Amino acid sequence: MHSDRAPLGLKVAAGLGLAFMHLPILLIFVYAFTTEDKSYQWPPPGFTLKWFAVTWERTDVWEAMGLSLKVASISTVIALILGTLCAAAVSRTKFFGREAISLLVILPIALPGIITGISLRSAFNLADIPFSFWTIVLGHATFCVVVVYNNAVARFRRVSGSLVEASMDLGANSFQTFRYVILPNISTALLAGGMLAFALSFDEVIVTTFTAGQQQTLPIWMLEELVRPRQRPVTNVVAMIVVIVTFLPILGAYYLTRGTDTVAGQGK
Amino acid sequence: MTSAIRLSGVSRHYGAVKAVDNIDLDIAEGEFFAMLGPSGSGKTTTLRLIAGFERPTVGEIQIYGEVAQGIPPYKRPVNTVFQDYALFPHLNVRDNVAYGLMVAGVAKYARHKSADDALEMVALGAYGNRSPSELSGGQRQRVALARALVNKPKALLLDEPLGALDLKLREQMQEELKALQRSLGITFVFVTHDQGEALSMADRVAVFNEGRIVQIGTPEDIYYRPESPFVADFVGSSNVLPPRFVAPLIGRQVYGSLRPEAVYLADQGHPAQVTSVSFLGTATRVSITVGDVAMTMLLPKGAAIPKAGDTVQVNWDDADLHLMAAP
Repeated sequence: MHSDRAPLGLKVAAGLGLAFMHLPILLIFVYAFTTEDKSYQWPPPGFTLKWFAVTWERTDVWEAMGLSLKVASISTVIALILGTLCAAAVSRTKFFGREAISLLVILPIALPGIITGISLRSAFNLADIPFSFWTIVLGHATFCVVVVYNNAVARFRRVSGSLVEASMDLGANSFQTFRYVILPNISTALLAGGMLAFALSFDEVIVTTFTAGQQQTLPIWMLEELVRPRQRPVTNVVAMIVVIVTFLPILGAYYLTRGTDTVAGQGK
Repeated sequence: MTSAIRLSGVSRHYGAVKAVDNIDLDIAEGEFFAMLGPSGSGKTTTLRLIAGFERPTVGEIQIYGEVAQGIPPYKRPVNTVFQDYALFPHLNVRDNVAYGLMVAGVAKYARHKSADDALEMVALGAYGNRSPSELSGGQRQRVALARALVNKPKALLLDEPLGALDLKLREQMQEELKALQRSLGITFVFVTHDQGEALSMADRVAVFNEGRIVQIGTPEDIYYRPESPFVADFVGSSNVLPPRFVAPLIGRQVYGSLRPEAVYLADQGHPAQVTSVSFLGTATRVSITVGDVAMTMLLPKGAAIPKAGDTVQVNWDDADLHLMAAP
């Protein structure tokens, strides 16, 4: 028999599960307002907004934040270009080794980050490349490309090949066809992939640990802060900001890709 | 008559597969030309060679006297109506039709006006703001037609454009296409696997089989004077009679073809066994075997209808027995 109402026990279990996942995040928000700065005391003895002002004054926070934003932006741009080109090649043409290339592109996201990190570090060492901003970007691009590629390749498969031929037939050259037919049909997939890539890069720790020199991205800075606490609630304020910065793009990606299964090929 | 499209010794091979094999074709300006054949016979590949989506392995294609070699699809003076219509899902109907003008740099007002005129021509004037997904199959087909015609091509290529429509709509569109071609006066090259469609619409028909053209001619030529058993069988659903059957009748080792409506019941003639009878409305189709050769005959309304299992006498006029050389 079918019932629309879930049993009470299931509801409670689901509620507990959700609470287990999300309450700790709320806890971080609460500690951003505590008056106590040495340890995480519960309940907080008092509430204050002063840590926001303190965070604002801390130059190390700004530097880490700026570096993370720059790394995430550039990695995302690289991923958008390479990921789209790769997806186009794999879905539009048939060539020897196509499946192998598809697998190799996806592999970095399946590999543990620590493997990617170690292998990149030894490769950079071997090639005598000094660790810098660009080595971090390269490390992040390895998995950002995958996210964009996966989104784009799925959409390319739905854009029927005859649309491209129709465009060429009607007088559009390759550039016009890309601009007026392909791009509008894959744009939401690219935006979603780009946002996910940005969010992934923004909170990446493991690969960054191996590929960074002296620079501190935001997540690395937070780890350092936890080890050597100094004005502890500042970390919580920053954590709040990180949650917001990464949550918004993911939410955006969700809304953009939702319900677009019929973007192309609905004429069939 | 000027030549619109000329193919000389054109082949398209994919490895060992000869999709199109040494084709010669001369389509006249203003002609309604059908390419007819079973699937995989090379007719669609030939159309794609003309449109420029495929390159010939060997041979030369001329479009209005100009050698097409190396000219990309977007610079050829032909437009295509695709089998799946290939309407752009992200553009509304008006922008779909105006696409060719848009990429050619025509200003927005002018191109929208031309698009609306083209939509008017296919009786979809009120549908400019709709999305292609909101249209029925027949309406999408008309939009695809308007989109191809708005560029004023010298020749229109149609790849099984009526294949996805139901019977009634297909018959209506056949008439409209024919009327449209007459009023525009441009060359139509039409690919179909439906012999009725080819015979009723085209000025000339090329019958394709296994990558080759087996016969080119008017619908009457193809229907009444097939040059090979394949054409007789595919086009007219004629009775193809093997040489061993024909030789005793006329004394020559050739194939014969006999249209079902030319066979009639007679008092004196060839003894035949009736295997099945099906009522078609205007006529009745009777399957018979004469000796060891299977045939069908079409009996008009009002004729005496035998039953399955009966032994009857059938005959035909010698003039209706069409003879063909080797297969």
